[in-house]
Amino acid sequence: MVTDTHFTANELMVCEAARQLRDGDVVFVGIGLPNLACNLARRRHAPKLVLIYESGAVGAEPKRLPISIGDPALVTNSLSVCSMFDVFTYYLQGGLIDVGFLQGAQIDRFGNLNTTVVGDYAQPKVRLPGSGGACEIAIHAKRVFVIAPQSKRSFPERVDFVTSPGFVNGGEARKRLGMPGAGPATVITNLGCYGFADGEMVLTSLHPGCTLEQVRENIGWEVPVARELKLTNSPTAEELRIIREELDPSHLYI
Amino acid sequence: MPTKLVSMHDAIERFVHDGDTVVIEGFTHLICFAAAHEIIRQRRRELTLCRLTPDLIYDQLIGAGCVRKLVFSWAGNPGAGPLYAFRRAVEHGIPNQIQLEEYSHYGMVARLTAGAARLPFFPLRNYMGTDLPKANPLIKTVECPFTGEELAAVPALNPDVAIIHVQRADENGDAQIWGLLGVQKEAAFAAKHTIIVAEEIVAESVIRADPNRTLIPGLIVDAVVCEPFGCHPSYAQGFYDRDNDFYVSWKGISEDVKRFNAYLDEWVFGVEDRAEYVKRMGESLQRLKAQSTFCGPVNYGY
Repeated sequence: MVTDTHFTANELMVCEAARQLRDGDVVFVGIGLPNLACNLARRRHAPKLVLIYESGAVGAEPKRLPISIGDPALVTNSLSVCSMFDVFTYYLQGGLIDVGFLQGAQIDRFGNLNTTVVGDYAQPKVRLPGSGGACEIAIHAKRVFVIAPQSKRSFPERVDFVTSPGFVNGGEARKRLGMPGAGPATVITNLGCYGFADGEMVLTSLHPGCTLEQVRENIGWEVPVARELKLTNSPTAEELRIIREELDPSHLYI
Repeated sequence: MPTKLVSMHDAIERFVHDGDTVVIEGFTHLICFAAAHEIIRQRRRELTLCRLTPDLIYDQLIGAGCVRKLVFSWAGNPGAGPLYAFRRAVEHGIPNQIQLEEYSHYGMVARLTAGAARLPFFPLRNYMGTDLPKANPLIKTVECPFTGEELAAVPALNPDVAIIHVQRADENGDAQIWGLLGVQKEAAFAAKHTIIVAEEIVAESVIRADPNRTLIPGLIVDAVVCEPFGCHPSYAQGFYDRDNDFYVSWKGISEDVKRFNAYLDEWVFGVEDRAEYVKRMGESLQRLKAQSTFCGPVNYGY
């Protein structure tokens, strides 16, 4: 775990995700940490970031922290509010989305995500909510960002059910299957950051205070480590101030 | 022309029958809980319920034993955890087993779009590399006759009845919505019968003054119900906010069968209609009333 007392693991994850966003990116965003990351990026290096919610709000600038992706505060003062047919057909399938944020109860070595069932589909141990828009976001967004705390249970070698495809079986599978998007670009956990090489997850940085042993104890396979393993940058005082005072003053998510 | 204006009781009695396929739409916004409560009160059974997000509204219908089958794409309590009545039915068959027919959001949107267009299916570039087609054999593929590309295809959905809540409508059912639009238009055009439930009934001249805002025309509407606060705990933009506290508290209610049944006894079976529900909610509803944020007028002249 992140042991530095100046910031929490969630704050570090938000800052790291924000830094990986580029100015001008069109982002398909959910609530919680991804929403904080986007709004942090907008206040720092990416003022031209465009936020799109699957509920149909385009260019939303909510005055309060939305608790659901259908919050009325996403409508007031947004650039456009369109139907869900428009969002999925013209914006997402139409190729306008640069970055999609996804989460999952499970993620595997190829970046495939499961939000459908734990166990067998017909006789599930735990019934999860299902895809929502995640399946098509995983297929169409140019880059997919995943923010998820890691454990052996939530990072198994293969997911029980592929709801949202990452690199499927690794290698060139996405291209072969005709998926327009490039797939998962980054996985940010409470211990470190991962990229992908040849369709497989690779540990690229460790968070301050976290060890390789902790990473190995909390992942279900022998994860490769980048030759030059980096140290994740700590949040700056200014980043923390924005998150705590402006974005999530009631500490709903951090 | 005879008025289409009826009570919720009469609309449900006339258009929702045992065994019907029913859509009550609204993506977080404009979810008509008043209609669901009336369906529970009239003890409809064996329904096939379709919705992108079953939400608390279908959790209540499932837990009340009204449902045989659920057609959906995301079954959670938005921002607040799982739907426990849904999970009890799927994991333990309580109060009865339900069949699941599962898509993604885009799959459900596409099904209603095909239904509204009276086409047999809708093509989309989706589902490659996922397990969803294995879980649902109705997700198929089709070869494009022009490019040879293999595309996913989902079948049209034409429900027996769609129930759509709107901010305002005239007595003929010409219905105007603003804020999140979801798939209400597609659901209304796809259904064999459509019930419009409105926060307020306005004169036809009010509708005619702003025709671009009319999402659903009266010509496809069978019944119109006036039901202020009919969406609570969901919301109506410009009328009242979402009751997020209730959505959060639903976890504790739905997790426990006894508390779930006590909720139904008090707030569904224990009231005659939505007007009584609103009266009994009292101040806790009034605090949700929306602040005013008006847009400027547009010139429809020529």
